[in-house]
Amino acid sequence: MLTIGMGVLLILIGYFLGAAFDSAVAGLVIAILIWVILSLVAYFQGDSILLSMSRAKKIKRDDHPRLYNIVEEMKIASGLEKMPDIYIIDDPALNAFATGRDPNRASVAITSGLLQKLNRDELQGVIGHEISHIKNRDVLLMAMCGVLLGTIVLLAWYGSRFLIFGGAGSRRSSSSGGGGQGQIIILIVALVFMILAPIFAQLIYFAISRKREYLADASSALYTRYPEGLASALEKLGASTGQLKSANKATAPMYIINPFRKKGMKASDLTSTHPPISERIRILRAMAGVSFNEYDQAYSKVHGGKRVIPAASIAAETVPITTTKLEGEAGEPNEIQRARETSDVMWRLNNYNTIKCDCGAKLRVPPKFKESTIKCPHCGRTHQV
Amino acid sequence: MVAVYVIIGIVVVLAIILWVLYNGLVRLRNQVKNAWAQIDVQLKRRYDLIPNLVETAKGYMKHERETLEAVTNARNLAQQASSAGAGERAKAEGELSSALSRLLAVVENYPDLKANQNFLALQEELTSTENKISFSRQFYNDSVLRYNNQTQMVPSNIVAGMFGFKASEFFEVTVTTEREAPKVSFT
Repeated sequence: MLTIGMGVLLILIGYFLGAAFDSAVAGLVIAILIWVILSLVAYFQGDSILLSMSRAKKIKRDDHPRLYNIVEEMKIASGLEKMPDIYIIDDPALNAFATGRDPNRASVAITSGLLQKLNRDELQGVIGHEISHIKNRDVLLMAMCGVLLGTIVLLAWYGSRFLIFGGAGSRRSSSSGGGGQGQIIILIVALVFMILAPIFAQLIYFAISRKREYLADASSALYTRYPEGLASALEKLGASTGQLKSANKATAPMYIINPFRKKGMKASDLTSTHPPISERIRILRAMAGVSFNEYDQAYSKVHGGKRVIPAASIAAETVPITTTKLEGEAGEPNEIQRARETSDVMWRLNNYNTIKCDCGAKLRVPPKFKESTIKCPHCGRTHQV
Repeated sequence: MVAVYVIIGIVVVLAIILWVLYNGLVRLRNQVKNAWAQIDVQLKRRYDLIPNLVETAKGYMKHERETLEAVTNARNLAQQASSAGAGERAKAEGELSSALSRLLAVVENYPDLKANQNFLALQEELTSTENKISFSRQFYNDSVLRYNNQTQMVPSNIVAGMFGFKASEFFEVTVTTEREAPKVSFT
């Protein structure tokens, strides 16, 4: 519904822009043409642009078996047909995102900071959230909305300049007959509209994004059958202050938390892509069960009667399942072990060779290292490279 | 003349409704089948992992012969039951799950084993396979629920009756021990 609203805004702005050029149709055609071109680029190149922009590195199964397994678990739980590609971003900030134009060519990316901070249950919650962005086709939806928003802003910017500087001069000569008054009124309306349209478009865009976040949280709880996992992950995410270096405004809705929030900012207002973390945690913890219906009830408890999950999704009920959780503390690495594990992966992905010395030191051999032997700086033993 | 058009119109609309309902049922039934195949894949993976795990653990767990044997036996029984129906199979797999969780609970008492890299890797694999079994079972049961609802609710139940779409069986855990926390004995 909101998406259609944005489309209507775009067409209207095209119409008024056209009015400035004496031809409403030409303006419309320009607007739609720009939108189509931008959509095609976003559709076919969106994921690779996003992944290369955030300098994400693709991992294989052996690089990080636990992460791979968790993604596979969530893939099975969501009934996704194809295993998404997994990327790690070398950044101490805590965040994760999903991308890909359809469920069959999707990727999930996670920062190395988050990977070492979260335990298995929490990681599962976060990955469940990302997988449900893929499953619900949010990536495509937000890409299209982003393109619509961008086009509206672009057209409004040029349009208002034409109206102010170019439009008035040419109009004086052309309106030699009657009807000059009416034209001026249209011009003023157009100008006001040009200024307001981008603001409205942005607000609508944010509203769509927040709605999809709630849906993804609900889906994650449904897939993992364990809302507490995501809730406790969000708690850790909310407590962090680091900002993601490589984040980009256009891709913000795909992250698990808003990569641009300022410290201490209460983002409960209309101008954020994400609902406030504390509120997301409250809803997850207020859930009586794990189904969409129970998420919706928890949401309305927190929000005093409002609903958030689309009615079509609520109709699908679930069978309660008692999952056996084998993961005692026995196999679970602690935070230090996870940090070592993650840094090992990052070195390997950057083509460094790791040699373990008998004294306990780890030697990182850079890819351009020419010698055939290397000496351990700690104990002096020589190793073959 | 008008009456003929009206009748043709009604027939066309009915045909379209029938078509949509039939295709919806087929899609759901295939999803159920596919979900069942997913469970199968994961259960087989577990049969393959267990001998390795038992072999690695044997060297360290001298006093846990019974626990290890129970796991091996449960695995063999489950593998034999794999050709049986959903109900019997779920029972055998449930026994295996509880035997495994007993084993992983006593691992706590063997710090050397817990430090073994090979064992840790196996344990991660087993934990994950165990989760995957739960998740594929969960997806299977959700699919069955959706499919059964369609076969029983008006109006798709009429189509289901006409073309012989039968309700599917849930994959339920019948063993009570699986729901309990594993008991650790220090004898």
